[in-house]
Amino acid sequence: MSLALFVEQVLNGVQFGVTLFLMAAGLTLVFGVMGLINLAHGSLYMVGAFACAAVAAWSGSFWLGLAASIAAAAAAGAVVEWVVIRRLYDRDHLDQVLATFALILIFSEAMRWLFGPFPLYLDMPGLLSGSVTLPGGIEYPLYRLTIILVGIAVAAGLHLLIARTRIGMRIRAGASDREMVAALGVDIATLYTIIFALGAALAGFAGALVGVNQSVQVGMGEPVLILAFVVIVIGGIGSLKGALVGSLLVGVTDTMGRFLLPQIFSLVMDPSQATTVGAALASMLIYIVMALILAFRPRGLFAVTS
Amino acid sequence: MKRILAAALMMGCALIAANAATAEPVKIGMITTLSGGGAGLGVDVRDGFMLALKQSGNKDVTVLVEDDAQKPELAVQIADKMIQSDKVQILTGIIWSNLAMAVVPNAVGQDIFYLSPNAGPSALAGAKCNKNYFNVAWQNDNLHEAMGNYATEAGYKKTFILAPNYPAGTDALTGFKRFYKGELGGELFTKLGQTDYAAEIAQIRASGADSVFFFLPGGMGIAFMKQYAQSGIKIPVMGPGFSFDQDVLGAIGDAALGVKNSSQWSKDLDNEANKKFVETFKAEYKRLPSLYASQGYDTANLVLAALGKASVMDADAFRAALKAADFQSVRGKFKFGPNNHPIQDIYVREVVKEEGTLTNKIIGVSFKDHQDAYAAECKM
Repeated sequence: MSLALFVEQVLNGVQFGVTLFLMAAGLTLVFGVMGLINLAHGSLYMVGAFACAAVAAWSGSFWLGLAASIAAAAAAGAVVEWVVIRRLYDRDHLDQVLATFALILIFSEAMRWLFGPFPLYLDMPGLLSGSVTLPGGIEYPLYRLTIILVGIAVAAGLHLLIARTRIGMRIRAGASDREMVAALGVDIATLYTIIFALGAALAGFAGALVGVNQSVQVGMGEPVLILAFVVIVIGGIGSLKGALVGSLLVGVTDTMGRFLLPQIFSLVMDPSQATTVGAALASMLIYIVMALILAFRPRGLFAVTS
Repeated sequence: MKRILAAALMMGCALIAANAATAEPVKIGMITTLSGGGAGLGVDVRDGFMLALKQSGNKDVTVLVEDDAQKPELAVQIADKMIQSDKVQILTGIIWSNLAMAVVPNAVGQDIFYLSPNAGPSALAGAKCNKNYFNVAWQNDNLHEAMGNYATEAGYKKTFILAPNYPAGTDALTGFKRFYKGELGGELFTKLGQTDYAAEIAQIRASGADSVFFFLPGGMGIAFMKQYAQSGIKIPVMGPGFSFDQDVLGAIGDAALGVKNSSQWSKDLDNEANKKFVETFKAEYKRLPSLYASQGYDTANLVLAALGKASVMDADAFRAALKAADFQSVRGKFKFGPNNHPIQDIYVREVVKEEGTLTNKIIGVSFKDHQDAYAAECKM
């Protein structure tokens, strides 16, 4: 195995992790600050991807599509929070799961109704297509490299927003004591809508980014949603830092597992058996990692004390 | 008096015979994939099937169509409902081998006829074959065997092969390796429905292979080819027709130009039935047919031909009529082997551009009268 291959796989893992982070960040904020389990987060990811595909097809510009994905997902998030989610904060988790699961069905059926059952495909923007040669002679697709950089920038931006701004201060305060913050005159209802829309916008952005490389279809959000939940459970619910570390851990573990496990098994069994067993085990690997982490740190790596 | 009696008797017989052949209502249940990444395949099978039915003008056949969303548990539920409450006599339509394995053994066990327009898992061709199960498409290995044969003839020495980890995926790689004589650059199984192939493409890049063979039907293949085109890897790709048929070529785009693939059918096959099929399909649906559509069309014509000869109520006679395969296949000639799987020619095609549309053209024959490798294991 060459170093170049190893580095390329690590980059692939990081790229996957970064897209997961965009999903997990919104999920962990909503879960941590509002105490809400939002299963419909994957639907907002799907809404973003469809908005991007529709606007890009209509206008011919991927960049307009990307802007539309953020706007559409944020708008959908704000409306959903205002109409449905608002009524769920004081209910128990089971009611929240039930209501947001219903939202998944409603969103999926709406997208099927609007865009049909066939997947849509986004063209790679010309500016980002092709591959670049990194130091060390590693050839890597430019688009994936861009996703990594954008993801890191978003993570830094979110950190600054939460740690350094007034609204971030309110979000942190809202997480620790909702009643007290409201008593101090902060409009907590609007604050919650903003957080929810922010999380939705990030999910929609992730959906558009992934849609270019893969496809835009009904139900694309659910597999990612499950991974995003794994991420926030590993990272510690409510912690942005945990979401970042958790996403990178899940992304790299999954990619390296798919890559290395079949090779490890091929040392002890014949190649085609090794690929089958390796592939099967690789698909379980992140859940095994999650179980191990929870066994030693039941509240996740960066548990938020409350 | 005697003569009148005899005449009456003959008329009565004729009436009964006519009844058996036409008047009886027949219910066919079609379980297929109409949503998600695999929707293109199911829609084409359905449209091909319905086109043949429409052309026949047969009013006694009703078809119930349901979407399995590519989920085995859903397919099983639909099959149970169709058999128990809708009382269908014939089932068809399943695209994916994992769904076929979940539905078919149980259905044929209840004396329902199953005609496969697509999936042909090796288990159902060999030891677990069944007299009520007919495969009108191919045994899963076949098209991949043809590409293994092609890769050997084309002089590839180190091919990297990959397929999804499900029954048809393992059959695919087994089939390719059965006829490929070179060394393997690598062998990978991906997750079914996977849409990010970064890790696999990195391994292809590092493997030093001289060619790539992949079996990724539907949306999986589109995602793979898009990402492969971005990776900067220059070695040629090839695959079975499933990876490069009409349903995915439009979305893959020019990256597919010149790619070789195998199929038992092609739009340019020169026979009357095929010309009619391609013309009428284009007129009816305003798009070019895929191999899936041709399989759906053949399946319907096989059923219709058999219904013309025997009643579906008379299971033995109907089974014999199916086995005779007395219909005009768009493949030209068509016959069943002892395990109810086709014995047929398999062609090598190349992706070309015709009037601005990407499509396939036959460039050679890989196998003549090819039979699957499992027929001998079938005892029925």
